[in-house]
Amino acid sequence: MKRIFAREEYCLGCRLCEINCLVKRSRSKRLIKALRRERHALVPGVRVEEAGRVSFALQCRHCDDAPCIEACIAGAMRRDPGTGAVLCDEARCVGCWSCIMVCPAGAVLRGKARKVASKCDLCAGEATPPCVEGCPNEALTYEER
Amino acid sequence: MRNWLVQPEFTVERDPERCVQCQVCVRQCANDVHEYDAEDDLVSSESSRCVGCHRCATLCPTGALSIRRARLEFRPNANWTPSAIRNIYRQAEGGGVLLTSMGTDQPYPSYFDRLLLDAAQVTNPSIDPLREPMELVTSLGRKPDRLELDSSAGAPRAKTELPPQLELRMPIMFSAMSYGSISLNASLALARAARESGVYANTGEGGLHKAIHPYAGNMIVQVASGRFGVDAEYLDRAAAVEIKIGQGAKPGIGGHLPGEKVSPEISETRMIPEGTDALSPAPHHDIYSIEDLRQLIFAIKEATCYAKPVSVKIAAVHNVAAIASGCVRAGADIVAIDGFRGGTGAAPTMIRDHVGIPIELAIAAVDDRLREEGIRHMASVVAAGGIRSSADVVKAIALGADAVYIGTAALVAMGCHVCQKCYTGKCNWGIATQDPLLTKRLNPDVATRRLVNLLRGWGHEIKEMLGGMGINAIESLRGNRERLRAVGMSDGELQILGVKPAGVGA
Repeated sequence: MKRIFAREEYCLGCRLCEINCLVKRSRSKRLIKALRRERHALVPGVRVEEAGRVSFALQCRHCDDAPCIEACIAGAMRRDPGTGAVLCDEARCVGCWSCIMVCPAGAVLRGKARKVASKCDLCAGEATPPCVEGCPNEALTYEER
Repeated sequence: MRNWLVQPEFTVERDPERCVQCQVCVRQCANDVHEYDAEDDLVSSESSRCVGCHRCATLCPTGALSIRRARLEFRPNANWTPSAIRNIYRQAEGGGVLLTSMGTDQPYPSYFDRLLLDAAQVTNPSIDPLREPMELVTSLGRKPDRLELDSSAGAPRAKTELPPQLELRMPIMFSAMSYGSISLNASLALARAARESGVYANTGEGGLHKAIHPYAGNMIVQVASGRFGVDAEYLDRAAAVEIKIGQGAKPGIGGHLPGEKVSPEISETRMIPEGTDALSPAPHHDIYSIEDLRQLIFAIKEATCYAKPVSVKIAAVHNVAAIASGCVRAGADIVAIDGFRGGTGAAPTMIRDHVGIPIELAIAAVDDRLREEGIRHMASVVAAGGIRSSADVVKAIALGADAVYIGTAALVAMGCHVCQKCYTGKCNWGIATQDPLLTKRLNPDVATRRLVNLLRGWGHEIKEMLGGMGINAIESLRGNRERLRAVGMSDGELQILGVKPAGVGA
């Protein structure tokens, strides 16, 4: 399956990926409005991790042996049979954070608006996820590896 | 202490209706112009540190930033221009030499812009390069005095052995930019783009980094006055060797890479101790005459078994024609001439802006002189310094050059905004810097692609211009000044360029 990969040697740490993800997840889909009015309720599916000179964008790895699926007590975390992406069914999620505890990448976050797990859903249906599309240095790639 | 007489050159304007406090600008500015106040959740800007490189405005997702020339105007004075006044303020504060970077920004007349190309109409057909073959391949190097053929075995074969040549898919090369003056990612992109486009890049006096070894077949290596990075292997790997005598941006001046830029990698590549200043003397201390130059040329030819062309790069100065003639007679296979608009990583402002002559006049003068002396075939002429477009390339070749070097144009293709602050080492575009936080901003894959695209575009345009003139090979244009006409030039300029004024027929 196609996944998002980071090339940390070219990551600028500009966090435009986070911003583009927020806009994608917003209701208005308009950059200024999303970041002004909706930001308080939005969690980006991608986070730039930074320590000293190193920075890279990290999002759910959609692991083949996803421990979050195993750990989910409500059956909310599941694998999309079509795309292979690991998705959280927010209607089922009870906010127990078991997935957050077991995620080896620390890529599952707590939702802000509701008490549900929030993570990258690979923007199913998009040819290229907006975080990859908007990276000014092509430090994110969306490819089969 | 702050230099309170020097006012900011730029004003950073932030549109509060568009700024969303995302802080992309804060994270991108190496000059610390933008600042985020968490208490007020507000990004603000300190214009005095802005160099006008547009990094923040380019990456701002909402287009909230505009960089404008500072509105503080001096009282208009044609003689005491703002830059003249500012220079004195700066100098009176520090007492040093004013430094700058890139090619001169002064409004000297451009001869390229006053030359116009010919096109075929009715009496001679123009050629459509998309339908008919069009040759841009260029060979650089010494050509034999005469060609002897052997027809004894039926089909004639050349008996004359051709001296070593550099074969270019199009008459454009990347000029000398050292690893040190530019980042490794930038050097790598130039080398890869040269390989992909079938042309050559030049190491400058920075040595050949091991990451560039795989592309060495498309590299011209430089032997300059500091001899940095030169050993037998260095000469061996390269496609050609260039002896750098001078540089258009700073004729008569040496180079200086400050010690703080000499990282372990640069130290290894340049073969100098880590952290020491890399000083290139103004002259080669073993070259004080054409005879001395000949010794070095032939020492290099011996070392490379006469298998590679040797180039000599000189700055375009008043006596350039005679100097070029001397270089050819000394054994140079290629003479590269760098005009006064040529770029640099760092040069004294006064030298950059006031020394040397325009490349257009230098090409014409050198081509004329070499022809008069009957030695034009003994060396190829490469023009450098201020080539901005494919039209400049075509005009340079029509004036008499075999090929051109592009430096600034290549940097601009990689993202350079010509802010002229290379010497500070804080290039926000990751090009002219060694700061690892900044160098990673230039993804060599992206930069390579952009350089290859630039050359491909220029190649198409050159073919179109040639086709329009009814010419189907670039070598039919070389020195063909009949296809140029001048507008707004004096008789003296016309005579030097060997060009007729527009309106005069064949």
